Amino acid sequence: MKTYFKEFLRGIIKENPTFVLVLGLCPTLAVSISLINGIGMGIAATFVLLGSNIIIALIKNFIPDRIRIPCYIVVIATFVTITELVMKAYSPALNRALGIYVPLIVVNCIVLGRAEAYASKATVINSLCDGLGMGVGFILALLLISGIREFLGAGQLLGYSVIKGFQPAYVLGMPSGALLVIGLLLGFFNVLKNKKT
Amino acid sequence: MKNKLVVSVSPHLHKDESISKIMWMVVISLIPAGVAGVFIFGKTALWVIILCIISALVTEAVLEILSKRKVTVLDGSAVITGLLLAYNLPPKVPFWLPIIGSFFAIAIGKQVFGGLGQNIFNPALAARVFLMASWPKYMTTFTAPLNFDAITSATPLAAIKEGKVLEHLSYLDLFLGKRAGCIGEVCILALLLGAILLFMKGYISWHIPITYITTVGLFSYIFGPRGLFTGDWLFHILSGGLILGAFFMATDYVTSPLTRRGQVIFGIGCGIITAIIRLWGGYPEGVSYAILMMNAATPIIDRYTKSRVYGT
Repeated sequence: MKTYFKEFLRGIIKENPTFVLVLGLCPTLAVSISLINGIGMGIAATFVLLGSNIIIALIKNFIPDRIRIPCYIVVIATFVTITELVMKAYSPALNRALGIYVPLIVVNCIVLGRAEAYASKATVINSLCDGLGMGVGFILALLLISGIREFLGAGQLLGYSVIKGFQPAYVLGMPSGALLVIGLLLGFFNVLKNKKT
Repeated sequence: MKNKLVVSVSPHLHKDESISKIMWMVVISLIPAGVAGVFIFGKTALWVIILCIISALVTEAVLEILSKRKVTVLDGSAVITGLLLAYNLPPKVPFWLPIIGSFFAIAIGKQVFGGLGQNIFNPALAARVFLMASWPKYMTTFTAPLNFDAITSATPLAAIKEGKVLEHLSYLDLFLGKRAGCIGEVCILALLLGAILLFMKGYISWHIPITYITTVGLFSYIFGPRGLFTGDWLFHILSGGLILGAFFMATDYVTSPLTRRGQVIFGIGCGIITAIIRLWGGYPEGVSYAILMMNAATPIIDRYTKSRVYGT
């Protein structure tokens, strides 16, 4: 039990996909304008990650080594299609807000990276824990980035104004603001990491 | 007797120049433009300048103490950054705008890269662009010159962009600074005085400013509003932040090319980008964007204009 928990925790802090592995930056930069977009993207990616990690861990012995990437992509694309259809049916507004970035989860480096680096070598339960941990780590990172950007860039949190008379800095809602926030957070976490060792 | 002969490593010729001496001389050369700005726009401009300098100094000191580096507040570079930022702001802005701007200039523009000499972009201009993108409303509201009731007025370039005709503005008005604009950019006469001081001291060379200004003049003359070769080149040179940018910001040692050939390329590049933004772009003024873009190109210019070692 303890090892499973360790697998789970690793994705959140020690190998956080955004701040330590620096994977999946494209959706992170693009959708982290508001908290709700960040949460939506995080949950969608986590679902895909979980599903693809389990399936790939199950069928890893049947996949010929030379065509493993196309096989992974087929599995991942299946889950992405499920996610997209569900999102379109139940939350069309979120689907519109995330736009092209929902189908692009297929090529999200976190999903493919975990399939290649972890699920193709590990047991099913370990892969499940890993997928869940990575997913939660991704959600937390997105929450942090999109929270900062929505608060400073629009003066809102989850669409509600927080402080009266606050003058938002529009630049943080633009792509340049995303790069700025992610860069500063990366630097901050690196400082923390270096201090510990 | 045996101590008479001291053999030291080269360089053997010493000059009484140091980074901080050059920095303070640039500060002195910037003072006339500031005095003119305060005279033209009144007390509010003075507050903006003071706020910018103080918050730049405080930010620099706090960050250097926090990161346990040598505190270099007194070398004058933070004062220049604060001063240049203030010269790039409209005279009437809310008090927090200069503070945030100076913080951004020093923290993100300079210290993040490792302090003086390491930054890629001119810190003051980076902060100006940040403020421009964040709070465009305050950054584009200008007050009329020599009028202390804070009547808003468009800058000459913005008026031209909107298609208005400026009949009441003579070239002399533009030269002396009787127009709306940022604090430090309006009085060309004062800016030139400062620039002459820097030239005489040999701190800046003609390469960047002259090529920059000539290119803008040439472009705006060729692509005039009524067909080719009808442009009002003198107007384009005298209005906007071109003189301030060309003499004091494009010539920043850290962010401009090292070789003379590179500096000429840098100046022409700045001029072309400025002219393109002014004539066909969405913004009325493009000096800050042009210099920042060429700052980004500086490493590659340096690489291709590096003088060849003889024999290789």
